[in-house]
Amino acid sequence: MKLVVTDRAGKTQELEALEGWRVMEVIRDYGLPIKAECGGACACATCHVYVDEAWLAKLYPQTDEEIDMLDEAFEVQDNSRLSCQILMEDKFDGLQVTLAPGIEPD
Amino acid sequence: MAELNIAADGSGPHKTDVIIIGAGPVGLFAVFELGLLDLKAHLIDILDRPGGQCAELYPEKPIYDIPGLPVVSGQELTDKLLEQIAPFNATYHFSQMAESLERVGESFRITTDIGTVIEAPVVVIAAGGGSFVPKKPPIPGIEDFEGKSVFYAVRKMDQFKGKNILVAGGGDSALDWTINLQPIAKSLQLVHQRDGFRAAPASVNEMRALVDQGLMKLHIAKIKKLNGADGQLSSVTVESKDSGEFDIECDTLLPFYGLTMKLGPIANFGLNLDENLIPVDTEKFETNEAGIFAIGDINAYPGKLKLILSGFHEAALMAQKAKAIVHPDEKVIFQYTTSSTKLQKKLGVR
Repeated sequence: MKLVVTDRAGKTQELEALEGWRVMEVIRDYGLPIKAECGGACACATCHVYVDEAWLAKLYPQTDEEIDMLDEAFEVQDNSRLSCQILMEDKFDGLQVTLAPGIEPD
Repeated sequence: MAELNIAADGSGPHKTDVIIIGAGPVGLFAVFELGLLDLKAHLIDILDRPGGQCAELYPEKPIYDIPGLPVVSGQELTDKLLEQIAPFNATYHFSQMAESLERVGESFRITTDIGTVIEAPVVVIAAGGGSFVPKKPPIPGIEDFEGKSVFYAVRKMDQFKGKNILVAGGGDSALDWTINLQPIAKSLQLVHQRDGFRAAPASVNEMRALVDQGLMKLHIAKIKKLNGADGQLSSVTVESKDSGEFDIECDTLLPFYGLTMKLGPIANFGLNLDENLIPVDTEKFETNEAGIFAIGDINAYPGKLKLILSGFHEAALMAQKAKAIVHPDEKVIFQYTTSSTKLQKKLGVR
């Protein structure tokens, strides 16, 4: 299944995703600039992405923990998500996300 | 928990056997392995307490892959390690970072950013993902204001007396400083991206009471732009859903968006680096500089896994070589804590 990722420069890439992988893990595995420094524990907000509006309603709702953690992200919008909290499954094939500012590694 | 031996800020020169940079789980366990070999250690950490990522990022989150502990939280693991290493009475230097390293004769001298000086023949870098430093908002031109009218930490409250302060963020730091600075500020406003807060409910209630009493303002908005000249802020442009863009007049901005990890001055220690990691051998976990070791998440070698348990293993092997450096004439007998009365004596077993 595919994950479609747009980086801060506006370049869009189709990544091959595997069932059960976190969106953050797929992005990191391809070497795209995502800090994800807590490693997927919903504890750092450095895997912040914007989810394409068409996909937003199809995702599982955010947990309170994710909403709280987004307080440490920048430029938060209504379609902001922490990509470590979205697990890939068949129905998310083709999911489109854009990397948010402030998550690039040094 | 045993009381920690914390050195005075800016003290020294201290002389010891081993300087450990980083007091996370791996740095703490290194105290144990070194201690069994009669080596004394000083630890330096940017945080104000031991535990590293376990204390800062996930104190309450469960860890399931520590051998023998089916589930343990980051804070529990830290507390258990402190209990385990208590017999070796290490010295701690908190809230500071190792800034420079120089060779002085047969030893290394490390100076921290607040002037603490420590000398030892062995240095162990157990710095994990680097030093925890405040996250800087990606607002264009913010660096021009940093240190003059934008501050990421409050060191002396007096500095903000009589100022028109804008605090940004929704966590404990943002709320705590809002409450603490409000009485001494000329004016204080808080800007946060949503009308909900991650901070402790009691602080949030206190802040809302200040708003109700007209003593401060709360804006649910996002920072768009900083306005001012020569590093002096005059206002901050924000955008809210209801009112669009508007300016908040202020002379001081305090953004609190949590911490992030940066390698920092270790990059200037003259060690080989590979994408912010320190390459080591897998026999002693020594860097390209003899006597300087790197263990835990900060090192790199073929097959490396960034697991706490890998760091524990690395600490044990590192300690053997450290012993040979500090006491070259002493023969080391490999012993087990289960059977060695000598080791048990060191551990305070009766």
